[in-house]
Amino acid sequence: MANGSEARAAPAQDLAIVGLTQRYGAVTAISNINLDIKGGELVSLLGPSGCGKTTLLKAIAGFVRQTEGNIVIGGQIVDALPPNRRTVGIVFQNYALFPHMTVAANIAYGLDVRGLNRSEKASRVDEMLALVKMEAFAGRYPRELSGGQQQRIAIARAMAVKPSILLLDEPFSALDKNLRLDMQIEVKRIQRLAGITTILVTHDQEEALSMSDRVAVLSNGSLEQFAPPTEIYDAPSSLFVNTFVGSANVLPGAVVGQDAGEILVRLDAGETVRARRPVNEIGSGARVSVCLRPENIVVTADGSEGLPGFIEMGLPLGATIVHEVRMADGTSLKISTPRADFSPLASGTPIRLKVTALANVFPLA
Amino acid sequence: MTTTGKMEDAIGYPLRLALPLFAFFLVFFAVPLLILVWMSLHSAPDSADVGFSQYVKFLGDEFSMGVLVSTLWVGVEATLLSLLLGFPLAWAFTKSPGWLRSALMLVILMPLLTSVVVRTFAWIVILGRQGIVNETLISLGLINTPLRLLYTEGGLVVALAQVLLPLMVLPLITALSRIDSNLSDASFALGGGHWRTFFKVTVPLSLPGVMAGCLLTYAAAVTAFITQSLVGGGQKLFMPMYIYQQATSLLDWPFAAAISIIFLGAVLTVVWLFNRLGRLSQGFARA
Ligand SMILES: Nc1ncnc2c1ncn2[C@@H]1O[C@H](COP(=O)(O)OP(=O)(O)OP(=O)(O)O)[C@@H](O)[C@H]1O
Ligand SMILES: [Mg+2]
Repeated sequence: MANGSEARAAPAQDLAIVGLTQRYGAVTAISNINLDIKGGELVSLLGPSGCGKTTLLKAIAGFVRQTEGNIVIGGQIVDALPPNRRTVGIVFQNYALFPHMTVAANIAYGLDVRGLNRSEKASRVDEMLALVKMEAFAGRYPRELSGGQQQRIAIARAMAVKPSILLLDEPFSALDKNLRLDMQIEVKRIQRLAGITTILVTHDQEEALSMSDRVAVLSNGSLEQFAPPTEIYDAPSSLFVNTFVGSANVLPGAVVGQDAGEILVRLDAGETVRARRPVNEIGSGARVSVCLRPENIVVTADGSEGLPGFIEMGLPLGATIVHEVRMADGTSLKISTPRADFSPLASGTPIRLKVTALANVFPLA
Repeated sequence: MTTTGKMEDAIGYPLRLALPLFAFFLVFFAVPLLILVWMSLHSAPDSADVGFSQYVKFLGDEFSMGVLVSTLWVGVEATLLSLLLGFPLAWAFTKSPGWLRSALMLVILMPLLTSVVVRTFAWIVILGRQGIVNETLISLGLINTPLRLLYTEGGLVVALAQVLLPLMVLPLITALSRIDSNLSDASFALGGGHWRTFFKVTVPLSLPGVMAGCLLTYAAAVTAFITQSLVGGGQKLFMPMYIYQQATSLLDWPFAAAISIIFLGAVLTVVWLFNRLGRLSQGFARA
């Protein structure tokens, strides 16, 4: 359906964000952000509400002039360029469709600017409508569409002009699960085919981890970590990233020794676990927070090895079972197990826990 | 809610509460209007004959029709001029930082805080033979003899537009500030320049405010007795003055009543036409 014209897209453009700071009066929305994004890459911005994700997109698009730092597109500093000369497409968090124009006119808006003739324009609009599966809605007004439908039109409108950089501010948030998956695949497909450098803002960690080449985790306006999804998940650089991406059991402990590339940590609850060596060296004896992912702990109903505890609750959650376990010292842990292996254990069952993967440790704040 | 009733459910409060207002309208609006209509049906002030002779007299009289048409037309001119002046002002207001807004709002509201008589006299000072405009032009050597500005239609239109500007600007500000700023950003991001964004996005979305502002301004302009009389200066007759003369100088109450009814009908027709136009802009305000 949408093939012919994708081939003639502009070459992918690198995007560099250098020391970017944006203040609104006394509020510092983002501070000293550095991101080096390669042409054609899809980067997700992940972070809690109010951490500055939208602000960063607005600075890249040129709607706000950053307080400090530079934005470099394709090797050219674009700080002085107005938004209409940056070839940056954006899908707004609230869609921002033109309410007085039909769906077709919304999609055609950017094409008018580029002076396409009538038939080129019509075929491009049809192509985009097919892409977002909204062919039947060309003549409707935005107010006659559901939230998810508006979102799809907003995506179509931004992609119609073949921007060299595409900014998506939570573009799938109003879609239901199946449609969301379809749209994620579709956007990823076009993005890859057309080589559009893309930044995707999302609250949805699965979306960030599944769609992106790299993920940037923001917290309070600062960049916490910028790395490929598996690295973010397996080797988070801070306690914030570890607990924000995926879930984690955080237990107190102390470093007791080194072993090759790993360190040994004694949990206050008893038992020594192996942990990934942190980037900044932590000396023996130092108090640390130990993060254990719920899926990296195994429950055994009997046996004499491992941490003792008993089942507080067992919840079957689709493909997994989550057990809430209370330890001897009163701390509680979440443990998830594939359901195929197991059926939920009754409350009060005494059990033992074994850690099956490397833990992550962070110095106590 | 204690009592029931469809109307009451729909509006959420007992209709009885609206009775005082209803009575007020009845006594001070509906009844006088009916008396006016009844009066206009008399063929002469002291005659008991009832008929449409006053209306026939007005509609068949070239002079009277001329007054009606020029009144309606001055209203159109004044409305267009205040739209032309008011739109940029309202737009600048919505784009201004906080402190400037307060200052602008004071400037916008100032005319409402001053008596219309005072404002109109100010225009006489500005437009007169020895007024500010003429003095300036003469001292700049651009003209030798003072221009005739006062008591012209042009002068009247300018004065009306200024005097009524708040009525245009306030609805415009409301409409403009309701437009989601992401919409103009979306236009920029799609490559639209400032002019395209202004004419394709900002203007269409402000149409409800334009409609409201024009209606208010127009209704006020055609009935602006004081400004019309003082700045128009009796050189040209407009409907409010015409009615006044018939009623108080000539004591021809039936004719004055008929003119009033015709004037009311004409203004309502213009307003209705405006509203029809406004339908086209339905839903534009929704973001
Ligand atoms: N125009 C503005 N004036 C003042 N403060 C602002 C402005 N825009 C954003 N902020 C502040 O900057 C911070 C970052 O806002 P931003 O909209 O970028 O958050 P976000 O990460 O997009 O959040 P969300 O996930 O809820 O959309 C917030 O604290 C917000 O209150
Ligand atoms: Mg946001």
